[in-house]
Amino acid sequence: MALKAKTSTRIGVTILGWGIALWLFFPIFWMILTSFKSEVQAISTPPKLFFMPTLSSYAEVFERANYWHFALNTVTVSVAATAIAIALAVPAAYSMAFMPSKRTRGTLLWMLSTRMLPPVGVLVPIYILARNTHLLDTCTGLAIVDMLTNLPIIVWMLYTFFREVPAPILEAGRMDGATRWQEMTMVLLPLALPGIASTALLSLILCWNEAFWSLNLTSSHAAPLTAFIASFSSPEGLFFGKLSAASTLAVAPILVFGWISQKQLVRGLTFGAVK
Amino acid sequence: MQAVLEHSPPAGATARTTKRTGFLLLSPSVLILLVWSIVPLIMTLWYSLQNYNLVDPTLHGFAGIDNYWYLLTDPDFLHALLNTLVLVAGVLVISIGGATLLAVLYDQEFFGRGIARIMVISPFFIMPTVSALLWKNLMLHPIYGVYSAMMRAVGLTPIDWLARFPLMTVMMIVAWEWLPFAVLILLTAVQSLDGEQREAARMDGAGPIARFRYIILPHLGRAISVVVMIETIYLLTIFAEISVTTAGGPGVASTNLAYLIYSRALLQFDVGGASAGGVVAIVIANIVAIFLVRAVARNLEA
Repeated sequence: MALKAKTSTRIGVTILGWGIALWLFFPIFWMILTSFKSEVQAISTPPKLFFMPTLSSYAEVFERANYWHFALNTVTVSVAATAIAIALAVPAAYSMAFMPSKRTRGTLLWMLSTRMLPPVGVLVPIYILARNTHLLDTCTGLAIVDMLTNLPIIVWMLYTFFREVPAPILEAGRMDGATRWQEMTMVLLPLALPGIASTALLSLILCWNEAFWSLNLTSSHAAPLTAFIASFSSPEGLFFGKLSAASTLAVAPILVFGWISQKQLVRGLTFGAVK
Repeated sequence: MQAVLEHSPPAGATARTTKRTGFLLLSPSVLILLVWSIVPLIMTLWYSLQNYNLVDPTLHGFAGIDNYWYLLTDPDFLHALLNTLVLVAGVLVISIGGATLLAVLYDQEFFGRGIARIMVISPFFIMPTVSALLWKNLMLHPIYGVYSAMMRAVGLTPIDWLARFPLMTVMMIVAWEWLPFAVLILLTAVQSLDGEQREAARMDGAGPIARFRYIILPHLGRAISVVVMIETIYLLTIFAEISVTTAGGPGVASTNLAYLIYSRALLQFDVGGASAGGVVAIVIANIVAIFLVRAVARNLEA
């Protein structure tokens, strides 16, 4: 279609496509740019597009806070929460997709509705429970909470992927004497792997960016990158250079990860949705 | 055939085994979610009926429905409820409306489309605290923000967006985060559309608008349901963006339910009142969930 379109239309589409992309991306670009400015350059008016880049903001950020400590906590929590949630969700989604009962639909919707509870509604009890079980300010505690908050969405996504796998393929396996376990691990999982991968990707992104629980359930030992950012925000909002450097450090890993995996993410996310 | 015969006779027994296996596989997830949703709920219910303030230990004992009474007759509560609904509805409209158009735009071929697409979806990967700080300071700051500089450059007086239009500005920031997610989903849906079908419509003389209205839009139904479902779950509980940018203010102009409860619990140390708010928020979330689920479940099942 595009090949036959008039040249003027094509130029219009190109300009519009790039214009909107640049506009939406601009805040991120500006954050990265500002992170290489000195504090004086960062608040110059009018804002400078061209300047001598400096690493002074980064140096100060690293001096003030142990970035790697926070980053390691975030990675540990995100990976652990995602792995456990997937391990629990695969059998559940398998059961819903291939052994549906009258209550399957209701169960699924109920699961999703647990996710709609405002976390603040249960902040006090969760805090007290975490404290009494000595899980406050531990990666284990945060991973458990992240796992539980993401589990409903993971079950639902896996369910939509599994439904796309034709039941006869699984039945054929069973006829050949495969047990349920073999059927699940050897027939279903390889077929649904793209879906599982993209579910895991989405879960990783959501865990990485989760702010509410990580700010309220950790203080120092298990504090993740969201807490790292918070420590650079309120008292010195006007130190734009340091703020930008810290922000860039906090989002860079997941941003690059997202760029690399976006095709996979999309493929899985819409696998069930577009058919 | 033989295999089928071997397996089919004890139909009742097989069905029962299947049922039990299905139940066993499902139960771990159901159980922990049940505990996760019930235990804190009961504790919240319990606290909500108590006089419990962390800074005033003399005040304790059974409060009955006092906490609820204070909350429901508080004008702030109604305001926060309204703000919550406005935020959810506003961001949904912006992100789905915008993403539908953008999906069609980025479906066209043009120079550097791959890079442009990656730029468009990037905000989705940014953590809420960072995007809120970014917009508040680097973009919208009335003196040093880039947008303010742009307005001065064309002779306008910069606006302190977060002070003048707090709710709308928070909505725009949240929409900036969630629009890319909707684009991600809807773009793939548009691309999965049969090229021949579109070509045929074009041959039949359908203009671009007719093609959009009658070919593309109906095709997007299910993808839009997915977006509505996932986004609503997150939008009902927006917290970090408000906390970082306006702290719910000025007054309660940008306070949603989540933030109202937070400010009660952690800023005023009123555990009883906050718990009552939590219970009310949970009830409201469930009402929304019922409506939402009814509306989109049909599409999700298809």
